[in-house]
Amino acid sequence: MKSQPVHQGRLKTPFYSRLAALDTVNEWHQWKGYSSADSLYCEDTEYFAIRNATAVFDLTPMTKYRITGPDALDYLNRLVTRDMAKIRPGRVAYAVWCDDQGQVIDDGTIFHLREGEYRLCSQERHFAWLTAAALGFDVTITHETEDVAALAVQGPTSFSVLKNMGLKGLEDLKPFGLTHLDFQGVELMVSRTGFTADLGYELWIDPDKAEALWDALFEAGKLFGIRAIGTHALELARIEAGFLAAYMEFLPADETVRTGVSRSPLELGLDWLVDFKKPNFNGRRALAHEKRNGSTWRLVKLDIEGNKPAHHSYIFGNEKANKGQIGFVTSAAWSPVCKQNIALGTVRTPHGKPGDSVWIEIYYQREMHWHRKMAKATVVDKPFWFPPRRGATPPGPY
Amino acid sequence: MTDRYDAIVVGAGHNGLVCSALLAKAGKNVLVLEANEQVGGAAITREFADGYSVSACAHLLYQLQPEVRKELKLSPALSSKNMTTIALDVKGNHVRLKRDAVDGVSDEDAAGYKRFKKRMTRFADLLRKYLNKPPPRLGTRDLKDLVTLGQLGFDIRRLGKDEMQEFLRLIGMNIHDELDERFESPLLKGAVSLDAVLGTHLGPRSPNTIMTYLYRLAGDHGRVAAPQGGMGSVSDELAHAARSAGATIRTKMPVKRIVVENGRVTGVETEDGERFNSYTVISNADPKQTVINLVGTRHVETGFARRIHHLRSRGNAAKLHLALDGLPTIAGLAKKDFAERLVIAPDEHYVERAFNPAKYGESSPEPVVELTFPSFRDDSLAPTGKHVLSAVVQYAPYELKDGWSDAAKRAFKKTVIRTIAKYAPDIEQRITASELLTPADIEREFHISGGHWHHGELTLDQFLFVRPVSGAAQYRMPLDGLYLCGAGTHPGGGVSGAAGRNAARSILSREKAA
Repeated sequence: MKSQPVHQGRLKTPFYSRLAALDTVNEWHQWKGYSSADSLYCEDTEYFAIRNATAVFDLTPMTKYRITGPDALDYLNRLVTRDMAKIRPGRVAYAVWCDDQGQVIDDGTIFHLREGEYRLCSQERHFAWLTAAALGFDVTITHETEDVAALAVQGPTSFSVLKNMGLKGLEDLKPFGLTHLDFQGVELMVSRTGFTADLGYELWIDPDKAEALWDALFEAGKLFGIRAIGTHALELARIEAGFLAAYMEFLPADETVRTGVSRSPLELGLDWLVDFKKPNFNGRRALAHEKRNGSTWRLVKLDIEGNKPAHHSYIFGNEKANKGQIGFVTSAAWSPVCKQNIALGTVRTPHGKPGDSVWIEIYYQREMHWHRKMAKATVVDKPFWFPPRRGATPPGPY
Repeated sequence: MTDRYDAIVVGAGHNGLVCSALLAKAGKNVLVLEANEQVGGAAITREFADGYSVSACAHLLYQLQPEVRKELKLSPALSSKNMTTIALDVKGNHVRLKRDAVDGVSDEDAAGYKRFKKRMTRFADLLRKYLNKPPPRLGTRDLKDLVTLGQLGFDIRRLGKDEMQEFLRLIGMNIHDELDERFESPLLKGAVSLDAVLGTHLGPRSPNTIMTYLYRLAGDHGRVAAPQGGMGSVSDELAHAARSAGATIRTKMPVKRIVVENGRVTGVETEDGERFNSYTVISNADPKQTVINLVGTRHVETGFARRIHHLRSRGNAAKLHLALDGLPTIAGLAKKDFAERLVIAPDEHYVERAFNPAKYGESSPEPVVELTFPSFRDDSLAPTGKHVLSAVVQYAPYELKDGWSDAAKRAFKKTVIRTIAKYAPDIEQRITASELLTPADIEREFHISGGHWHHGELTLDQFLFVRPVSGAAQYRMPLDGLYLCGAGTHPGGGVSGAAGRNAARSILSREKAA
């Protein structure tokens, strides 16, 4: 690893100067050591940029590891539950990795940058686990969070913005594809990935070129409604997409103290990511056992009646709240784009099959006074927001 | 080779032999593959100089378990049994330690020793009961685990309130504090300290040394014996038992890897590329050697591989063999005393001081030594009138700072001989040949990681349900078809056969259940 001075205080991403110039509300939080904006001017406006125009989010603080070496593929195949041999160069895979007990440590994306060269991105840091997993493999694992500046460019006009910026060949880039382009003489990696379940891209570049990239992007996006956004707007889009977040839908297994509070991929609805045809991967034995004997928990997507967001709510199997508590809500929101009261939650099996009805105990405040409501909810199968344009190749122009 | 064995045992150490003999007795078709020319692993007799033979590594029997003897109908011939430990004094005022009595100390010490041994033996007997069964696993709901765990708790409680408290107080403690409270004789304290630390990377002030002492006593109530013909005769008898039961033993067949196909063990491949098939491969090699080198960490899961990788297994005991043209003179010793076990550990501080440099990768300038003259009552080991000396010497750290070069070995050998010469001034004139095996040599010759007797430090964090590592305590590793049966598993090292027997029973009972 490159030796670097120890920073004091919060780090600023290479885009900080541009974000700060747009910022009017001064609401920031800390994300893995970096200052990251909750919001820059207005959460609602920022959210609608994601759904109606183009939103730009600074995802530099996301943890990034470069994984290279002759055993890189074998290493990743032992690390994560899905079959990485199917992920060709130029493709990106969503993946989860587990401990020996089959409990999820984290989820993330793995970019097959070039033959045998990978980048793993996740919310949390995992150097110790990745290093332990490398025992006996000829691989090099490099922490490169600070060496790569990254932007998410998401929304229906995002393709047009990038095209207008002069980036070539994005017409053919399919979802979960990546391509290497040139930007002012420096390599720019563009992947068709994101956290919004909409048409969108992520741009990856040398931090020295970060500001130039930002400026070119915003110049090109002027007529396409481009806006910078903070994490609050993104979080709403994330829930609409039905994506998981660490510390929300699951706790990283290596951070838990008590037994029974972590989750397996099967309990998070990620069965499709677990490939039992692979002879060995971390957690395989435990997961095979769980597959045979049944899981304890199930992740549910909930369509709830009414318009009161079900924050921190218990979930019940029947309308009587005094008994039959079967789980709890992990993320909740009123979805402006779906016009739905939505939530993600975790319930005990066998409850929570798609189509089942459950009841949510919602507390809400009206002029200081608290009110309680038992709201009926339906377990749904599909993401709340999944527009056809997300998968359209080539994407339609705006 | 397309035949499939019921089980393949990698390594014909004594535990591997016990395990294969018991499996063969149960009707299994067992193949044993041994890298060396001789069977026995670290329990062999070997000629080190023309006409002089000696137990090459383990040289005293503390704990060959009665269960093993009975089930395999073993009756090893012993040249000395119930050996007295003589703590040597330069002036000849030696202290003699027997099972529950000690001579050469004050009346208070003698009485105190009796009480001390009574209590220690009681605790050791409690431990012994658990040496001969697979340890319970923690956190399972398996009935057997729960019953054994409950039994262990009950047995500790049954000691009575005071003794239970004493047991729980002592089990993690260091031997030095306990000895210092009870005794005044430096020789007595030195000799017991040596018993507690022999074969470990621990000094008498290290926590946990009461447990290692209890482990030594647990084998056979603290009885020590020397086998006739050296330790190799025990292994030969075991190999005979295994062969008579139908096991095939092939020597000079080093296993290169344990073959894993489709997520399970399917056999082994030798260095020569020969392939043997079995869905059950039992490794007598140490856990690190087995998982990291033979299986390969990629075939197991990360947490398990990491725990195995972090096992502490740095050996510290060297072995010195001398060919002598006659017995040396030791002041205050009668001739018959040469049949006993002699120790150089004049006081408990001496033992701790000997350990100090080992922490920093240096060998002891004044080592502790356990001496025997196995040829004294066994003329198969040396020409008539001549003798061999077999000594365990501490501390000779496996990871010597500058490596075990020839010069380093020569220097350490000289140091040891000079140390012995303080008690036996004419020893140097009597030496006609000599051999020193450092832990690095032991690792190379006997294929034991770190050259550690126990295949892994015998401390509370690597004991009972967490031996070799948590989640793998019952001989079955978290890889289908892979088992361990060596000293790295419960209960630990020493020529006891307990690990091998427990492993065999574990495998057979699992089969019955399936």
